[in-house]
Parts: sequence; structure tokens; C-alpha cells
Amino acid sequence: MISVGARAGTRRGRARRRRGRPIESQFRTIISPLQLNSRWGRRIYWAVLVTIVVSFTLIFLFPLYWMITGAMKTGEEIAQMPPTLFPAEPTLDSYVEAWDLFDLGTLLWNTAYYSFGGWLFCMAVDVSAAYALSRLRPMFGGVILGAMLATLMIPAMVVLIPLYVTVVDLGLLNNPWGLWFPAAANGFNIFLLKRFFDSIPRELIEAAQIDGAGPLRVLWSVVLPISRPILGVVSIFTIVTSFKDFVWPLLVMTDSDKMTLSVGLSQTAGMVSQNAIMGGLVVASVPTIIVFFIFQRHIMAGLTAGSIKG
Amino acid sequence: MPVLRRNLTAYGFLCAALLCFAVFAWYPMAREFILSFQSTNLIDPPTWVGLDNFSYAVSDPAFADAWLATLQFTFLALACGYVVPFVVAVVLNELRHARAYLRFVVYLPVMLPPIVAVLLFRWFFDPGPGLFNQVLGFFQLPGLAWLDSPTTALISLVIVSTWMNMGSATLIYLAALQNIPSELYEAAELDGAGIWKRIRHVTIPQTRLILLLMLMLQIVATMQVFIEPYMLTGGGPENSTVTVAYLLFQYAFTYQNYGSAGALGMMLMIVLLAFAAFQLRLTREDKT
Repeated sequence: MISVGARAGTRRGRARRRRGRPIESQFRTIISPLQLNSRWGRRIYWAVLVTIVVSFTLIFLFPLYWMITGAMKTGEEIAQMPPTLFPAEPTLDSYVEAWDLFDLGTLLWNTAYYSFGGWLFCMAVDVSAAYALSRLRPMFGGVILGAMLATLMIPAMVVLIPLYVTVVDLGLLNNPWGLWFPAAANGFNIFLLKRFFDSIPRELIEAAQIDGAGPLRVLWSVVLPISRPILGVVSIFTIVTSFKDFVWPLLVMTDSDKMTLSVGLSQTAGMVSQNAIMGGLVVASVPTIIVFFIFQRHIMAGLTAGSIKG
Repeated sequence: MPVLRRNLTAYGFLCAALLCFAVFAWYPMAREFILSFQSTNLIDPPTWVGLDNFSYAVSDPAFADAWLATLQFTFLALACGYVVPFVVAVVLNELRHARAYLRFVVYLPVMLPPIVAVLLFRWFFDPGPGLFNQVLGFFQLPGLAWLDSPTTALISLVIVSTWMNMGSATLIYLAALQNIPSELYEAAELDGAGIWKRIRHVTIPQTRLILLLMLMLQIVATMQVFIEPYMLTGGGPENSTVTVAYLLFQYAFTYQNYGSAGALGMMLMIVLLAFAAFQLRLTREDKT
């Protein structure tokens, strides 16, 4: 269900015997394996490959290296021209400094609390809604789903103001529910979950019903265990999105002891030295990078799940 | 009565979601409409002001500049952010090595919180010890003012935005490319089509739908650009980076003029929905 789309293909290049190992192709693309393994084909291929690997590393990884080492430099070294490629005397002082100045402990705790709380609430709401729409088929179910999906058409920046006004009216400023309620109203999650629930074989559910399971029991014991892959994808995206979110927490969580990591960094960055800022940024990026390392497959599968078939 | 019971249980499961959507999605949509015809500061009761909010927004000298900057930004961001990921995906799809590494690396910036990318690049753009001018200096090139000059500020924002967003488009294209049946390429090759013609007549038509879809999504996303001007330039220098979303934010949260922010939001929404409708028609025609 969550393979990224690598197809088992024939290995064509193997038959050709030339100098060195032939370049093996898992599946056929624009350039044929034959062309690829011709003398010039191979030369061009390796040149392109090296260029791409080097330039991608420079473009996408080097900024992060610069951030991490920047935080290990002293105040004088970071302002030095020309800059040093390696920190002369690597220190962790700026991390300590950043931790105190930004109050990173509080910010991290807040962000984790908002993300996981929001995730729990969002999953409870969206899973049960998708289950009802997919399996219990209420009257006007189609209309409701349509109205939920219609909210995806409205640009986020446009709803920002009326949503803010609503939250102010309800007195939810500086209250985690001000983040959690709007996050749960996520039409895309419901759409993804419902589509997966639709694909569960009828017989499975009917068998459970014959055994006397009510709707809640069917959801808990049959539907949820089968739906692990999609639940994983939706969970990761919900948590990562709320961890990365900036504009909405900026408006809702305004007290300095209730801010999220992103907002806290943005508010204090003007008053702090450059290496301390970098220390704060490293701390803010570590959780998402760890999540990416662990759940890379799920994330990449989820990325394409909605768009390709949608 | 089983039908009634089934409906009752179904609405039991649905009620939390219905409540969330009603209060935090559907009601704000209606409220946006109402807000744009009202004057309110959230404390006193709102008053109806007809089209005053719209005329206020339109007569604001920043209005035309904001739309111009937004269109420029969108155009530049698409020139990079739309074309580059597709080209990158096509090239990556041809590679037989290091695929996992390249996919990982290109998506890494997308995982970072945007504030990290933005604050990191703010440092790189620093005309003094910033990385970019140091690299230019290393190659004996003159440094640029980046965010401090009206001519380069917008481009600088496009660079940040492309760096932190292009990964997702690249991976989506990559997945679409892998779904192209290899027979099509073989047939094209037998018919004597060169590499360019294979791209032109196989790759692009086969990915047309996803290309159109991504174009729409990216236009809608880039026209709402906010965090980059908010954090990097504050709309300056000389208002060259005041985008519509930034102006809207300023109306509401700097001047507490929620009505005009609502009016500006309505205009932005109409433009974006027009794009979406146009795109939908294109994809419809594509199917018939």
C-alpha cells in the first residue's frame, strides 16, 4: 500500500559485456539501457551523476552544515571575513546560550504538547467522521463530505482573519484548543481516511457484525488495525504540520510562556547574537529531521498518496 | 427501525467533526463575507459600512504595489519552483545510483520548520559576513545587497521559498514519472524519436494531469506568500516586498482594521478561485 512506486522491472543491461560493470536499470525510462551503456552514454551518465550529487549536497545539505557549525563558532569567528569552513575551536556555548535566551525548554515542551494533543484530538475526530461517512452511510453523507472538501478550496490566508475573529469571540486565545479545534477541521485527512476505509472488504465487517460487534467495536477491532498504514501517514503529517506551523500559532499563542518553538524563535531572534540564533535553529530542526529519518518511507508515500490519484 | 438507528449512530460518530467544521471552517467562511462589509475592532459591536472596506483597500497606495509584488513573486517563484522540480525529477528518474540519497536530500528542507529556513537564509543574505556574498567574493565577484535593495529583495525571497519548498513537487513528479509505462518509451524509440522528442511526446503528455494540478496548487500557495516577507524584509525596502497576504495581515493585526482585511481577503480569494476554476476546466477538457 505504501510502496513509493518502484516497479519490479526486467534487468536489461545485464546481457551486455563491456569494460567495467554495466549500468543496471530497474525499469525503462527516457534513455534506453542500450544507449546508457554505450561508450558515450556511460561517460555522460557518470558526469551527470557526479555533478548532481555534488550540487545537491552543496545546495541542500551545506546550508544545514553551515547552520550547525555556525552555532559552534564563537561570536568573533562567526562575524569574521572571510568565514572559516570549520570552527576553529568548536564550542557548545552558543547552544547553552540559546537554550537560556530563547527559553527553549519551555518552547519545546509547548510545541510537543500542542502537536501531540492536537494529533490525538484530530485523529479521534477525523477517524470517526471518516468511518461514519464511509461505513455507516448516513443521509446527506455526500453533501457533508462535499462541504468538508470545499473548505480545502478556500485559501488559508483568507480564512485567517475570520477564523481569528471567531477564536477571539470564543475566548480561545492562548488556549491550546484554539490550535486544536481548527486543526481537526481538516477535510484532506477525512478524505484520505474515508478513501482507505472504503477499500476495506465488506465481508470482513459483515463477519464482525454477525459476531455481534456494534459500530464502535467494528471500528476499534476491525477497521483501525487494518488501516495502520494510512493512520501512520495521516498521523505523521498532522504532527509535522502542527510542529512546523507558524502563522496561526503566532496569532493565537501570544503569551511568551505559551508560544511555540517557531514563534518563540521569530520573536526573540532580533535580540540575540548570530551564533545563538543558529543554536536555536539547530534545536528547532532536530526533531523534524529525526522524524524524517525514521519515517522517510511513510512521508514520501503520503506525499504522493493524495496527489496522484486525487 | 434500522434506518433511523443507523443514521443516529452515524451522526453520533460525525458530531465532533461537524462541530469542528461548523465553528472553525464553515462559519469563518461565511464570516469572511460578512466581515468585508462591516467595520469592527472586535470590542465595540460591528457596524455595516457597505462597500467602504473595499474602497478603502483599493484606494490604499500600497494596494497596486502589493498586487504587483505578489504577481512578480508568483511569476518568479513559478519560473524556479515549477520548472526546476520537473527538470530535476526527469533527471533524477534517469539516474541509476544514489537515488535514495538524492530524494532524501531534496526533501530535507521541506521537513524543516519554515522559520528555520527563513532565519538561516536571513543570515546568508547578510551583505557583510553572509555566506552568499562571501561565496561571490571568493569567485572575485561583487557582492549584492540582497534583502536591502528593492531590485534584489524579491528575488531573494524567491530563492528562500524555492529552496524550502521544491522538494515536495520534485518527489510528486518523480512518482508520476515512475508510473509511465516503459512500452511507450520503447515504441517511441522504435519510431525513431530522439531523447528530446521522447520527453516532448511521451513524458510530458503522460504527466500532463499532475503538471496541471501542481501548477494550480503552486499558484494558490505562492500567491499567499507571507512568512518570507514578514520575517525577512518586513515589506521593505521601499515596499518592494509587500505582498497581498502581508498587506492583509498588516491591515488586521497592525491597524486592527479587520473589515478591510476581510475585503482584501475576498479579492484575493476571488482571484485564486478564478485560477482554480480555469484549471479545473483545463483538466476537464483533458479528459474528454
